[in-house]
Amino acid sequence: MRSNVTEYEMIAPATLEAVLQTMAAEPGEYLPVAGGTEVMVMLGVGKLAARKLLSLGGLKELRFICESDDVVTIGAGTTFTDIRKSKVIAAEFPLLAQAAGWTGSIANQNRATLGGNIVNASPAADSPPALLAYGATLEIVSARGVRTLPYSEFHKGYKKTALEPDELLRTITLPRKFAGWFQRSRKVGTRNAQAISKVAMAFVAKKDGGVVTEIAIGGASLREMPIRCTAAEDAVRGKTLDAAVIAAARAAMTGEIVPIDDIRSTGKYRVQVIGNILEEFLKELAQS
Amino acid sequence: MDWIVPMAPEFQEKIVGKSVLRKEGPDKVLGRSRYIDDITMPEMWHGATVRTKIAHGSVKSITFPSHIPWDEFVVVTAADIPFENHIVHILNDHPCLVDKEIRHPEEPVVLLAHPDKQRLRAAVDAVEIEYEKRPGVFTIEESERMDPVIWGTDNTFKSYLMEKGDVDTVWADAAYIVEGEYRTGAQEQLYIENNGVIAEFSETDGVTVWGSMQCPYYVHKAMMSLFHLPEEKVRIVQVETGGAFGGKEDYPSVISAHAALLARKAKRPIKMMYDRMEDLAATTKRHPSRTRHKTAVDKDGRLLGGEIEFAIDGGAYSTLSAVVLSRGTIHAPGPYYWPAIRVKAKAMATNIPPHGAFRGFGAPQSIFALERHMDHIAKVVGISPEEMRRRNFIKTGQTTATGQVVRDKIDMNAILDQALAESDYHAKRERFAKENPASTVKHGMGFACFFHGAGFTGSGERYLASIVGLEATAEGKLRVLVSSTEFGQGTNTILSQIAAEALRVEYDDVIVHQPDTSKVPNSGPTVASRTAMVVGKLVHSAALGMIKTLTESGLLREGYSREEFLAACAAHMQKHGALKVLSQYEAPPNIFWDDQKYRGDAYPAFAWAVYVAEAAVDTTTYFSEVKNFVAVQEVGRVLHPVLAKGQIEGGVAQGIGYAIYEKVIWKDGAMANNQMTNYIMATSADVPPIKVFFVEAPFEHGAYGAKGIGELPMDGPAPAILNAIEEATGIAFNECPLMPEDVFEAMTHTAHTDEQPLVTEPAFTGVGPR
Amino acid sequence: MAITFTVNGEKRTVDVPPVSRLLDVLREELHLTGTKEGCGEGECGSCSVMMNGELVNSCLVPVLQADGATICTIEGMSKNGEMHPIQKKFLECGAAQCGICTPGMVLAAHHLLEKTPQPTMEQIREGLAGNLCRCTGYQRIFEAVAQCATENAELLATSESK
Repeated sequence: MRSNVTEYEMIAPATLEAVLQTMAAEPGEYLPVAGGTEVMVMLGVGKLAARKLLSLGGLKELRFICESDDVVTIGAGTTFTDIRKSKVIAAEFPLLAQAAGWTGSIANQNRATLGGNIVNASPAADSPPALLAYGATLEIVSARGVRTLPYSEFHKGYKKTALEPDELLRTITLPRKFAGWFQRSRKVGTRNAQAISKVAMAFVAKKDGGVVTEIAIGGASLREMPIRCTAAEDAVRGKTLDAAVIAAARAAMTGEIVPIDDIRSTGKYRVQVIGNILEEFLKELAQS
Repeated sequence: MDWIVPMAPEFQEKIVGKSVLRKEGPDKVLGRSRYIDDITMPEMWHGATVRTKIAHGSVKSITFPSHIPWDEFVVVTAADIPFENHIVHILNDHPCLVDKEIRHPEEPVVLLAHPDKQRLRAAVDAVEIEYEKRPGVFTIEESERMDPVIWGTDNTFKSYLMEKGDVDTVWADAAYIVEGEYRTGAQEQLYIENNGVIAEFSETDGVTVWGSMQCPYYVHKAMMSLFHLPEEKVRIVQVETGGAFGGKEDYPSVISAHAALLARKAKRPIKMMYDRMEDLAATTKRHPSRTRHKTAVDKDGRLLGGEIEFAIDGGAYSTLSAVVLSRGTIHAPGPYYWPAIRVKAKAMATNIPPHGAFRGFGAPQSIFALERHMDHIAKVVGISPEEMRRRNFIKTGQTTATGQVVRDKIDMNAILDQALAESDYHAKRERFAKENPASTVKHGMGFACFFHGAGFTGSGERYLASIVGLEATAEGKLRVLVSSTEFGQGTNTILSQIAAEALRVEYDDVIVHQPDTSKVPNSGPTVASRTAMVVGKLVHSAALGMIKTLTESGLLREGYSREEFLAACAAHMQKHGALKVLSQYEAPPNIFWDDQKYRGDAYPAFAWAVYVAEAAVDTTTYFSEVKNFVAVQEVGRVLHPVLAKGQIEGGVAQGIGYAIYEKVIWKDGAMANNQMTNYIMATSADVPPIKVFFVEAPFEHGAYGAKGIGELPMDGPAPAILNAIEEATGIAFNECPLMPEDVFEAMTHTAHTDEQPLVTEPAFTGVGPR
Repeated sequence: MAITFTVNGEKRTVDVPPVSRLLDVLREELHLTGTKEGCGEGECGSCSVMMNGELVNSCLVPVLQADGATICTIEGMSKNGEMHPIQKKFLECGAAQCGICTPGMVLAAHHLLEKTPQPTMEQIREGLAGNLCRCTGYQRIFEAVAQCATENAELLATSESK
């Protein structure tokens, strides 16, 4: 344990409103902490620069999954275990349920939150690919008000997000439009469980008489942030899947990603594997 | 139990051979066991280590910046070492603290102590060391080039030449000459409990160290030497230890020295407890290796002779490298008959934290090479891997490479038969050959045949001259006195079983004294798979000695009952004050070993095994997995079925890691992936079902016929798995760990023919931006 | 800062910095040393405890977030020296070798069996995947958990048939 905990402060305002007031009064002063599974690791290795922390752990108003006719809305404080237990997510957003199941370990899923996973903004985070594929919308709140943002516009760069210093992510909304769609996701890690991804992909698509009418591909560890693979999508949308189209999609994807050599893997491996996965999904889609 | 095949008549024992409850098991499952970090002492402070950030060079200056209140700390440097600045292992080249010369990253320079553990990190980080940096060597090849020379005159810690027959004459008649080069990487022991000790020093009482360790008497020797103290002024006590696997064989001497130096200056107890990052970065690992085979075989694949060049990377100081090299050398020829063989072996110095003991201790390295090579030869000759082994297995009565006559009634063909049958090898192999072409996941079957010598090499046991004690206690128990430590492998349980069986009392009547050098004799280090076999045998003879003592004093009759025995003990104690028997090791009369020529009886006993792995390689992700594993071994006698099974299963899991998960990423001699997030061991979701079978052919000099098995399971998995992966993919991978990135490079970049299996280099070195 | 929670059925109050790791508070303030530190990064699971009925890695919980929580550590698994059935099975099946992962592993098994009383082999593997064991290769642990599940089923069947 490489930090001196006496050097850190943590407050836990009782309501969301109180939290937002604090953040408005001192924007950027406090680092919000939900489940703590990222922040506490940084504390443990002595790399937590922020000295003032703000606990969101007690805010019940952030932890919910609610359904309406056309959307499912998830509170940012919802844990991965909550997501895995949700019947509507299992039924209509299986890729998100899958991502929740391969995040860390069960002990970590019990604590880690969807909001934390998004805001921590690691390019290797487990939930973004599915959220991108599903076209999630974010609700962001502050003392100044509420705004919504397509999730695809949330990540600005490596660990840089669209959040202002006084803002908090409140909800993630998913449109209930994927019934009957082809849905696949895959994570490639260092082992079968408790692994950081080398690459990951979530893939949703719809065909009409052999032509791909809708397609959305979310990827992790492909660039400095989670991305929609729009070039690959464009190569497929509106077309009938054949070997040439699949090859073009693969080439397009290779062009839009920038995978790196790092402590876990190599850029060449990542390019190859994500291309293999894309091909596999497209071939399955072709046969479906 | 149909998974134990006894070759001898039904045994009569009541306790040995049964799966009694682990002696210290209740405390472990209740969470009551006290490991070193669970222990505090009055007035205790905490210690920490400032370590070098460069691999090779020297210290120009050390500065203690004023923003830290240093007067609150106790600071120890090399100047505080009272006599010689070294930690005794075998040679004396290992400095306790850097004085000026730096030979590896993470080398200890300054020790700090403070009452508040949390204040230490900032202090450690604050110490400024100015370096003069020099180029270093980081691989066997770089060390061989001697540019620069970093140790001795030629960077070679030790070399051996082991010869049998006339190798130079075999090439001419060979139908095939097959060459191959094989490599293994470093591997971290990854005990879940990090290294830790508490040390006390007083001018009157000397040094006391409590800690997580395998060999209290090794630490004892090191402390005697460091402080010039007589035997009785050094007391080392092993406390409950959370895994070791060799990683706490020599390293505890280092951390104990540091804690003791701080304790001496601070005049109070000091606890030093490493966190995971420090333990990974600074402590020992398995020696990386490179083996080159050149083998002459006849047209049927029979071995005519061979040359083996075996090199290991020892890190910066010699520590245990000579002994690891020795075992790797002797195991290099494997369980085969070689009419002629030459093994040239060397341990090289590099600017890396010294490598050390890890289960198997050289044998996993050389056996990996051999068993990959045997499959390679089979391919060249055009016979099956199975046939290649059958035509070459050594038989009872033949001589090994050191000239040792195999006395075991061993039948490797039968063990191979059983292993292949239990793993459904032939049927699966056929099925996979049919299914693989159309499948994106390729399956393959592979196996490895090997042996593992138990006990110390050659005359090692004679030099150790281990002593075991057995005493009766006032509470009516029989207490075993050994320095052999429990760290999960079952020492306490096994020795209690043996004592109880031999004394004819109950298992619960026997207890084991905490290994405390002031209370127990030196039964030798807890290494080399010797505890059950050698120390157990001494416990057995001590028990017989106790019976003899009681019988001869008229207190015990023949055919006594348990109650009578306990009463006799009590009576003896009443009459004489105590009842204690010592038993000392005597080498069996016909053990002969020449340390210079490396000839003779290398080990008292060998355990023999065949392991079969079923591997699957996903060609979409290049990810390999072991789907099923079968381990068949001949072990003399299974003293405790559940414990024995547990040893094999645990060793196989570590072997699987060695093969396909556990990669140490080196950056300028330092471990870059020194966190559990990035050093990958198998979880419960990664291990296959492991089926274990034992064959018993009792070894007369081992306790109740037992041979050592602790390290055996480490030798087989990696070559079996890479053999399976070659079957699955058609690509010969000759280096472990084999990572998906390596498989990817080989599969996508080069075509190969069946005749010359592609030899690949590792693609994944892990360097690059983090 | 004063934090109050219930540990193994007992209400406890500690005065520690709010960001203190729950692990350290349990071990050092409450002297419940059964919970272990193996990695400090939530990878090994030896610090596992139950918090509000869920398995968590206590090295990653800032104690402020445990305020008002109900916590069960390994010490709370046995009652009056009487082992929990899971502990008995671990002992009988050889699921503990060096024992350092055992407290966390027992808690993880307990959590698994509470959520899924009759787990499949795959569910057992997944349920324990956050707890690393270096000694056993997991096989004896699987056996212990499977036997617990079987016994639970038998108990349930017996009580249902009454």
